Amino acid sequence: MINFNNIWESYKTIISFTIMGLVLLFVGLNQSWALVLGIVNLSLISAIMALGVNIQWGYAGLFNVGIMGFAALGGVSVVLIAQQPVTEAIDAGGLKMLFALVLGAITIVTGVVLNKKGFNKWLIASIVVIGYLFTRHYFSEASDVIEKVDPAITGYLGGFGFPIAFSWIVGGLAAAGAAWWIGKITLSLRADYLAIATLGIAEIILYVIKNEDWFVRGVKNVAGLPRPVPYEVDMQKSEWLLNIVAWIHRSDLELLTQSDQVAQLSEYVRGASVVFVKLCYSGLFVLILVALIVLSNLALNSPWGRKVRAIRDNEVAASAMGKNITRQHLQIFVIGSAIVGIAGALLVTYNGIFIPTSYMPLRFTFLIWVMVILGGSGNNLGSVLGAFIIWFIWIQSGPMGLWAVEMIGSFTQEGNTITEFLEDRVHYLRLVFMGSILLFIMRFAPRGILPEKNKEL
Amino acid sequence: MSDSIDIINAFALMTNFVILPALSYGSQLALGALAVTLVYSILRFSNFAQGDSMAFGTMIVILLTGFMIGKGWTITGIPTALLVIPIAVIGTSIYMLTMDRLVYRHYRRIKVKQNIVGITASIGVMFITGGIVRFILGASPQRFEDGERFIFSVREFKAFTGLEQGIALKTSQFLTITIAILLVAFLFYFLQKTKTGKAMRAYSDNTELALLSGIDPDKVVQITWLLVAALTTIAGALYGLDKGFAPQQYHLLLLPIFASVIVGGIGSPLGAIAGAFLVSFSEVLLTYAYKKFLIYLLPLSMHPNSLVQLIGTEYKYAISFVILVTVLLIRPTGLLKGKVIVGD
Repeated sequence: MINFNNIWESYKTIISFTIMGLVLLFVGLNQSWALVLGIVNLSLISAIMALGVNIQWGYAGLFNVGIMGFAALGGVSVVLIAQQPVTEAIDAGGLKMLFALVLGAITIVTGVVLNKKGFNKWLIASIVVIGYLFTRHYFSEASDVIEKVDPAITGYLGGFGFPIAFSWIVGGLAAAGAAWWIGKITLSLRADYLAIATLGIAEIILYVIKNEDWFVRGVKNVAGLPRPVPYEVDMQKSEWLLNIVAWIHRSDLELLTQSDQVAQLSEYVRGASVVFVKLCYSGLFVLILVALIVLSNLALNSPWGRKVRAIRDNEVAASAMGKNITRQHLQIFVIGSAIVGIAGALLVTYNGIFIPTSYMPLRFTFLIWVMVILGGSGNNLGSVLGAFIIWFIWIQSGPMGLWAVEMIGSFTQEGNTITEFLEDRVHYLRLVFMGSILLFIMRFAPRGILPEKNKEL
Repeated sequence: MSDSIDIINAFALMTNFVILPALSYGSQLALGALAVTLVYSILRFSNFAQGDSMAFGTMIVILLTGFMIGKGWTITGIPTALLVIPIAVIGTSIYMLTMDRLVYRHYRRIKVKQNIVGITASIGVMFITGGIVRFILGASPQRFEDGERFIFSVREFKAFTGLEQGIALKTSQFLTITIAILLVAFLFYFLQKTKTGKAMRAYSDNTELALLSGIDPDKVVQITWLLVAALTTIAGALYGLDKGFAPQQYHLLLLPIFASVIVGGIGSPLGAIAGAFLVSFSEVLLTYAYKKFLIYLLPLSMHPNSLVQLIGTEYKYAISFVILVTVLLIRPTGLLKGKVIVGD
């Protein structure tokens, strides 16, 4: 008699990844490879995000409810770094905007410095208020001018026009900066203050992005971002892709007449170019994900990692051993958020378009959380697995819900109001579904599918 | 025109556009903040589902209001929503008790670090509740008030006083402030004077000692959820009567509510109320355009050209956040000293 429990215990990582791979293979054979690669790419990006959250939650027990905000910061930096500058707008209001921002910065710095020196609170308050009013005056003048420059196409300052890969690093740095600021304020306090503060900062980052048109065009989106991989159109002209496609489909093509062959071949090449571009992205994301996992696993097994886990498991004891818990937490919070920022930048790079309205707490904060907890908090590979499973369910649950509604609809007459109602609203049930998954795992399998291995210290 | 009339006009303008809206908004926030405080002191976690629970309570109110109006069961002059609130409170109570039984009770029993697990679980509940509300009512904004809109309107006020600026008292504002005062008075009476209320406070102060004295923990938790359901539903319904119902709006109410709780000192009911009014007045005062107000008060040569608005209305949630951060930086215990600052 084979003991399945033992087999699962010793090979669960391999088994679960194999099953996930087979499911994706099945979808690829039945539906289309472009679809599967789309799922894989977004799963990979989600996995990077989940890895960042896992570092915060699994390594240190820090509760970040503002993942969306850090991902959005990553997205913004793609626009700011990779987009070409809009010279007209910069000529019109760039200097003034810079002046306003510098004025604002000086105001804040003066306030902080005077506060540290122990000056009268009312004096500081009035200086800050006056500084704010001046800043706001110049700021609104500058933003008005910038937003008037060809608002249908630009109406913003544009970016620096640097290579897009550079923006991934900047995205990480931007998220790290925000995390440092939030962490500095809240990490020495109660655990729920961090949660509330991250929730707040995420919403505010989004408000700024949506409302400040001069910055990244607000809700008008920024399209046509440069790509790190070739374009489909160029691929269709390339000789070697044509040859490969012809070789793969040689048996099909032989059956056709000469003219049909050419038409059919170009059809195949079009499909293949889409798949090829997506494969390029997959390769890129896998590379980044693997590098991050290797780095974080190395870190986790180093003396630093032991310290981190010691603090997580028993703060009092670690503190008694002379470890600075607040500083350690801040470090981890910043690192984790930086990874989320990188993932956010990768996501916008992949989409090729920056859409502020697409940042929803459900999609970016909650889904990532479910991934981490399902996969097994504290285990990096678990987060990757969780990302694949949850993203797959997420993508497939939309069509599944509609299919279920149609099944119900087929029993009733045409134009039934209940069916129409359900078709309209069924996608909201995904919230309920995901929430239930989270609560179920928390209750019945709190350690996730791939639990963290207990290492002997 | 004499100067004293100008000053009265300016004051009327402030009352109409700042004081009354801020008072009613503050009352709504205060009820929500009290609900968070109750959950925090008895169940020991920050309830992230508060905003969406308010949406859930309001959803029941909206459904029942529609039903009542459809049947013609209305009373002239009184919003139908007010009549159905008791039934909605029962509905929300059932929902909350079910959620407690299915989700939270388990973690109380196994005695884990309740705060962090409670936050995670309540975020799960938040999404489930939000999903249910959006599934049933859709995500688009709607209004559900009926009956008289005003106790007295701007026109009536102007005719009565002869002033240039009028004050209107909306029925929703009047109801909000009255009901909030009554409810808060009842809550404090209940907590201070009744046996159950004393048991709750004892449980909140020192759980082990309370258990030793023979207080039934399940009963305390159930009563807490009933009170929370009442506060939540009424706060949600009043906010909806005042500003209309939109699920996303309710979800975001979490931010000002938490700001109120923390500003006032987490775990302190009086602090929650004070915090709520601080947040609401800051929000309204900072987003109000002072142009008209200054025109009344300043001599002609100093009349402002711009709107004289300190912060755009689109950033009103940022104000709660800034207040929150400032309090955390300067006085993390809150205005009225809350219970715990560090630790779980």
